[in-house]
Amino acid sequence: MSKNTDSNLYTILFATGMVIIVGAILAFFASSLKPTIDENKRIEKQQNILYAMGVNENDETSAVFVSKGKVAAEFSKYIKKQLVIEGTKVSEDANAYLIDIKKEQTAAKEGKQRKLPLFIGEKDGKTFYIAPIRGKGLWDAVWAYVAMDANMVVQGAYFDHKGETAGLGANIKQRYFMDDFIGEHLLKDGDFKGISISKSNNDPKNIEKTDNEVDAIAGATITGDGVSAMIKSELKKYVSYFNTLKTN
Amino acid sequence: MGLLSKKDAALITDPFADNNPITIQVLGICSALAITAELKASIVMAVSVLFVLGIGNVVISLMRNIIPSKIRIIVQLIVVATLVIIVDLVLKAFQYELSKTLGAFIGLIITNCIIMGRFEAFALANGPWKSFLDGIGNAVGYGVILIIVGFFRELLGSGTLLGFKVLGDPIEKTGLYSIGYENNGFMLLAPMALIVVGIIIWIQRSRNEALIEDN
Repeated sequence: MSKNTDSNLYTILFATGMVIIVGAILAFFASSLKPTIDENKRIEKQQNILYAMGVNENDETSAVFVSKGKVAAEFSKYIKKQLVIEGTKVSEDANAYLIDIKKEQTAAKEGKQRKLPLFIGEKDGKTFYIAPIRGKGLWDAVWAYVAMDANMVVQGAYFDHKGETAGLGANIKQRYFMDDFIGEHLLKDGDFKGISISKSNNDPKNIEKTDNEVDAIAGATITGDGVSAMIKSELKKYVSYFNTLKTN
Repeated sequence: MGLLSKKDAALITDPFADNNPITIQVLGICSALAITAELKASIVMAVSVLFVLGIGNVVISLMRNIIPSKIRIIVQLIVVATLVIIVDLVLKAFQYELSKTLGAFIGLIITNCIIMGRFEAFALANGPWKSFLDGIGNAVGYGVILIIVGFFRELLGSGTLLGFKVLGDPIEKTGLYSIGYENNGFMLLAPMALIVVGIIIWIQRSRNEALIEDN
């Protein structure tokens, strides 16, 4: 046997066989687990949206979503409307939360009309407008769900990322970072300014809510810049919708 | 020791200390730098490598007589990649929260040179049981160093352990911070991981002079 293993024919046959076997194993795993994985992702989106508007099971320091079993009921209870904004046209779509932001961003680059989803939630008599946004961090994508009131003052935010550095950039999904956004203004004197992640705002406790700045995470400069840029460019697209709220 | 002969037991215990993959063989340094900024990530990486290296070593060992030597590195790579993808998919399906925390680390296991190193140096020449022990031993030896480095970097860099503020609150100035202690942000950057590993190597070699190479 061992003398055969060096022949070219054997090598080629072995490689072919291995590719087929490995391919089959992986295809089997991928296709049999896909429905479960997709369902997990769908539930996560609902959990993220609810988290942003304050429907969560947070304890003192950690971020905890509503549990998987409850999420469907809570979502239909709190989320009153799901809108899709296309230019000046606003329509309702019960599956707007499934819109893939990444695909829409690519479509916009190709010159197509982008669909902007916006979720309207109500809790304790307050109305929340929750926008999903997506941008670039240091290594890969970062994204967020930002809940605002009608004046574009942030009421809650959930940040997440694909592969930021553990202990540094990955801390954007920590409570101490996300909670800094609560109460922060996106507008400055009526114009959209966004919220910058600042390393020099002399306000580490984030008492000043109208400075359009929150305190940065040490060692996560590029991730922070990515988050600032994402907020600035993505939430700006919603300004015209918020303006229609004022005139009504 | 009915289960393990003396030789077999050495396969597990050697990599733990005198033949440690990181401090002696100097394998797996890249991941030791990249993911040890916090303790939790270190632990998770250690467990994942334990799993992949244990099983991978057995698979390679079982195939050792039929692998054509010309393409053996590619075959090894495919085995690691397959195992890692399966782990990733299973976690995504059944432990979604956990798989989110692990994120990129799972994929990074493929690039861990300890795994390819053990396949090449041990599993290709030894039987499955011995290979399994060797895999576990090396993964534990790797994991221990990772956890030690992660412990010091998180403690001195962020003042926390597993996310708990063990030294007090740096902003509210409680605990140790009330007497003027400050976190060392440099600990969070990759160069300090290398220095911590260096200190471990120093301590280990000064305790066991047999490890010092002749120049």
